[in-house]
Amino acid sequence: MTKIECILRPGKLENVKEAINQFGIHGMTVTQVIGCGLQKGRTEVYRGTEYSINLLPKIKMEMVVPDKDVEAIVKLVIENARTGEVGDGKIFTYKIDNAVRIRTGETGEIAI
Amino acid sequence: MKNRLLRTILMATAFIMTVPALAWAEESAEAVVETAATVDTGDTAWVLASAALVMLMTLPGLALFYGGLARKKNVLSTIMYSFFAMVLISLQWSLWGYSLAFGPDVNHIIGNLDWVGLKSVGLVPNPDYSATIPHQAFMIFQMMFAVITPALISGAFAERMRFPAFMAFLLLWATFVYDPVAHWVWGVDGWLRNLGALDFAGGTVVHILSGVSGLVACLVLGKRKGFGNEPMIPHNLPFTVLGAALLWFGWFGFNAGSALGANGLAASAFVVTHLATAAAAFSWVVAEWIHHGKPTTLGAASGAVAGLVAITPASGFVEPLPAIIIGLVAGAVCYIAVGVVKAKLRYDDALDAFGVHGIGGTWGAIATGLFATTTVNELGADGLFYGNAGLLGKQFIAIGASWAMAIAGTFVILKVISIFIKLSATDEEQDTGLDFTQHGEDAYTDFVLSASPFGSASIPAVKTSSEVKPAL
Repeated sequence: MTKIECILRPGKLENVKEAINQFGIHGMTVTQVIGCGLQKGRTEVYRGTEYSINLLPKIKMEMVVPDKDVEAIVKLVIENARTGEVGDGKIFTYKIDNAVRIRTGETGEIAI
Repeated sequence: MKNRLLRTILMATAFIMTVPALAWAEESAEAVVETAATVDTGDTAWVLASAALVMLMTLPGLALFYGGLARKKNVLSTIMYSFFAMVLISLQWSLWGYSLAFGPDVNHIIGNLDWVGLKSVGLVPNPDYSATIPHQAFMIFQMMFAVITPALISGAFAERMRFPAFMAFLLLWATFVYDPVAHWVWGVDGWLRNLGALDFAGGTVVHILSGVSGLVACLVLGKRKGFGNEPMIPHNLPFTVLGAALLWFGWFGFNAGSALGANGLAASAFVVTHLATAAAAFSWVVAEWIHHGKPTTLGAASGAVAGLVAITPASGFVEPLPAIIIGLVAGAVCYIAVGVVKAKLRYDDALDAFGVHGIGGTWGAIATGLFATTTVNELGADGLFYGNAGLLGKQFIAIGASWAMAIAGTFVILKVISIFIKLSATDEEQDTGLDFTQHGEDAYTDFVLSASPFGSASIPAVKTSSEVKPAL
């Protein structure tokens, strides 16, 4: 099993979610996050005073998937989240030891 | 047996309770007969409605306007400043404030204590102030002005003044700064009124006093922790816009109500108030659009308030086109005060009480000296542009006196309070936020994941030295 963690532009969430659902993955956890990377912040002005906002809002999407699907899902995410501009986000993958379904106590791939 | 006894006692009690009511009914019937000859129903209806409109300016208008500008952790404490201005000043005004401001004159500087507790302030009109409405209607209308003025100051020291210190400041400031200056300008035989300085609805008394006092207060209290390093940006601009819109709405009571009658002067004040506000919102947005490249919602709301402030002293004396000029200048000047000058001088007027009310009020008082004309109000005077330079001089005297009183009064009052209690929240308290440290509450509770409703018997609360301190 592999955990795929994607940092996305907030506006791309729906596209990515839809594509992954169609692929057959229905479980995911989505969080609103803020962060910084290559993309520089932006400037907001309140009553003439400028504030540079360095941490920008992003979406973090996490899902645990069978190893055989990882490559295809990563490709799907890239296709659906990419604009080509700085700030498109990142994808991280991690090996997962185990998964447990709390309701039944099932473990392993069947639980995800 | 027991039941009958109980019933008898109940009936007797009920009968006794009606006696004072009957007596009161007779009394008020007499009062109505006495006043029927002079009270004008239309005037009275308009002034009472105006009093309610001005009440709406403080709560919820100003509370939302300032609350939205504050950070999340300080929104309740910011709202509470306005709320308690309403609570405490209403009591102060009826107990002694009204008497000091409008009571029989002592040496042209203050009213005496003849009207303490609203003694002799009855349902009969007082022709010195308003010949056609009950004296109590005039009193309650003026009360709402006394309430909003210290509430306006709270914008300057928001996010850092401790609540007990704020309460002390409210009462002392209203008594020793607002009430005397209100007497100078509006009281019978007040020296600025005798001088002939014009202030229709409170440009000097309300806005110069609150704005300049705000500047003094923010300098005495010092900057908020993290000022200049941490982002201190408004947490809810829709609140602020809603508050500004309610201020605009309520201001029709403030200015048009100051005609103290349902008449042509009220209509004129209503129209010029609206025009100046629209013009100021326009010029503020244009100024920042040129300066920073974006027309902001906060700019529109702030500009509208600046326009309302500036037209206030002039609203009973100027024609529509000058009102537009007053508004256009107010929006641009206040924008420069807040967006450019404040940034250069780096004083921490948290929500711009000085930049909007101090500067806007001063411009309004000057503009009254320029644009006033007796064609609008024969009880007024002609200004510089209508051939009378003398008025402008009197306006400058009124401005100078108000500035001086605001600076000296606020400084002394804060220094005296600081002998007894701390004015500012500590750095740790400011980090946690005043909502929790002063009031024990949190405005947005969606992140409180678990809480025990029956005290912390089962779950020992985590105590940190700085967070769980009572306000006093």
